[in-house]
Amino acid sequence: MIRLERRPTPSRAWGAASPLLAVALTMMAGGLMFAALGKDPVEALRTIFWDPVMGEFAWYFRAQLLVKAAPLVLIAAGLAIGFRAGIWNIGAEGQYIVGAIAGAAAGLAFHPSESVLIFPLMVVCGALGGFLWAMIPAVLKVTLGTNEILVSLMLVYVADNLLASAAVGWLRNPEAVGFPGSRNLAQWEASANPELIAGTGMHWGVVAAVIAVIFAHVLMTRHLMGFHIRLAGQAPRAARFAGVAPARLVLFCLGLSGLLAGLAGLFEVTGPAGQISIDFASGYGFTAIIVAFLGRLNPLGIVAAGLLMAVTYVGGDNAAANLGIPGAAISAFQGMLLFFLLAVDVLSNFRVRVGRGALA
Amino acid sequence: MTFKTFLALAATLGLAGPAMAQDDPTKVGFIYVGPIGDGGWTYQHDQGRLALEEEFGDRVETVYQESVPEGADAERAITQMALGGADIIFTTSFGFGDATNAVAAKFPDVKFEHATGYKREHPNVSTYDARFYEGRAVLGTLAGYLTETNKIGYIGSFPIPENIQGINSSYLHARKINPDVEMVVTWAYTWFDPAKEADAARAMIDQGVDVILQHTDSTAPQAAAEEANANGGRVFTFGQASDMAEFKPEPRVASIIDNWAPYYIDRVGAVMDGTWKQQASWGGMPEGEVVIGEITDAVPAEAKAAAEEMIANISDGSYHPFTGPINKQDGSEWLAEGEVAEDGELAGMDFYVEGITGEIPN
Repeated sequence: MIRLERRPTPSRAWGAASPLLAVALTMMAGGLMFAALGKDPVEALRTIFWDPVMGEFAWYFRAQLLVKAAPLVLIAAGLAIGFRAGIWNIGAEGQYIVGAIAGAAAGLAFHPSESVLIFPLMVVCGALGGFLWAMIPAVLKVTLGTNEILVSLMLVYVADNLLASAAVGWLRNPEAVGFPGSRNLAQWEASANPELIAGTGMHWGVVAAVIAVIFAHVLMTRHLMGFHIRLAGQAPRAARFAGVAPARLVLFCLGLSGLLAGLAGLFEVTGPAGQISIDFASGYGFTAIIVAFLGRLNPLGIVAAGLLMAVTYVGGDNAAANLGIPGAAISAFQGMLLFFLLAVDVLSNFRVRVGRGALA
Repeated sequence: MTFKTFLALAATLGLAGPAMAQDDPTKVGFIYVGPIGDGGWTYQHDQGRLALEEEFGDRVETVYQESVPEGADAERAITQMALGGADIIFTTSFGFGDATNAVAAKFPDVKFEHATGYKREHPNVSTYDARFYEGRAVLGTLAGYLTETNKIGYIGSFPIPENIQGINSSYLHARKINPDVEMVVTWAYTWFDPAKEADAARAMIDQGVDVILQHTDSTAPQAAAEEANANGGRVFTFGQASDMAEFKPEPRVASIIDNWAPYYIDRVGAVMDGTWKQQASWGGMPEGEVVIGEITDAVPAEAKAAAEEMIANISDGSYHPFTGPINKQDGSEWLAEGEVAEDGELAGMDFYVEGITGEIPN
């Protein structure tokens, strides 16, 4: 008989090892799934994990990894801070969308000006848009005691509809004869967020992600606020005695993660995506939740997790196109990663005992 | 390495471009917006791909990627396919337009075909679309005969010209049969979302709509109608994009099918014999790109005969679904007696015809 015995404190060793174990388990289960689909599992895994980094066209894909990882890391860095405090912003996707819309709208209001101030203005408005969208669940939680998980999640669907109305209505490109979608921001010099060094994939969003990670690291390890956040998450009662104001913490954590998600949306809409379109929302806000946990809610871990996630996307697309693996199988493969991570996490909180134990 | 140096290198090694003609099969790539099993839009494009393989056998090799989001990922997916050696790439959703043109600039030797779009910024980009409004004229005729509540419904995807053409065309032809007919339009703001489509269909049925047309691709509205009929209702639907034959003989009484096979065979053939040229194609029933699926016996014989006559007339070019006199919604004249709508005007259609109530969201 196998029993689980709660550890007095979570195991540090397992905490560090479980992401690696989860990746290994995902590869095994994924390999079995690919084999069941009649594909060579070794070739499939090589296409997903090896080709984007070291394969024939890696010079192109490595840049794409940065493009793909940047918004994930930027959003996850903010989410992780809240998660550490036990504040669950599940609606980063909505904040990402609203940030993009707010930034794009601010820029487009000045089209076709070529002023160099337009891009900075858009960045500010993008951050503000995400921040304000996250303030809705924050203020509701603080004043009315609503559940921020539900409110922030529901606001994603509101944001989706805002996006649709912007794309087909008030932000539509007037020169596009009725077709949906805004002007292409990446093709308008004043609003473009191009590669800073050609061929590297390095755009302002990547820079912002790096800054956000450093900021988050310093905040969590060197600043009193970071201490309060950790304390609130680990021992809410003790935190109250230590003078932590829960309301302030809620506003700070949701606001910060909303701001970063809004920035991610802005950098995406002015660069890789290029325009506000009906399908601009690409799920980064939700995937970032996986990235945050995969990175152990640790800023540096999140960088590694974001890059790993980017590899599964870029490599997954590769496998879909070249090996004919169904898109749904690739999504299932990515989902396995979170599944195994959560499963393996049991080991850091519990000890596995084999054999008959005394009945409690 | 930049693209230019890569291309130069590839050209010297004889990897890229026309150098690969000889005996190699022509590699054809498809970028799909949905899963090939969506039973609608993407499914039909994939049927076109399979028709290519059937037609050309070993001379062609096809690759595809499904569920590619319209946005940042599309450009990477298309680039990936071009790097993989595709000679021609079909990007089968409106939202892939900018990405298609961006990749086309980097791969001048690869041909690109963008479905339902209008941007052709480089000589190696063509666009193609189908005249779905021709098929809607037939469905509208059937709807005019079938409705008893005088309310027909249209589940729109997005308020773009293609949908508005369809709404106007179905309404005009339903009204010819039944002057009292009323058109109820619901916008789903999605091309494929079974839950939203089912909600829209149920809401329509609750309002007394008894014939539902859809411009969204799932079978959810068919299932909603079937459910209503099982509870004593009388609701009819039409298959969209694909035949949706599993709902025959009713609620699905006919269907509007996208048939891309003739176009794909034609264009890939042109790449093979080196005659491919940029174009903007807009085929319809005469070209066999828009097909009406089996009209079941749930439809009165008189209605079936009228629909078949309409199919024959549109297919031989003797009838255009937008032939005057037609007024705009505000009562002003759009087309005079006998006047036929121009393509440019249809492609940018942003108004309802007279008799349709409600506004196009903007």
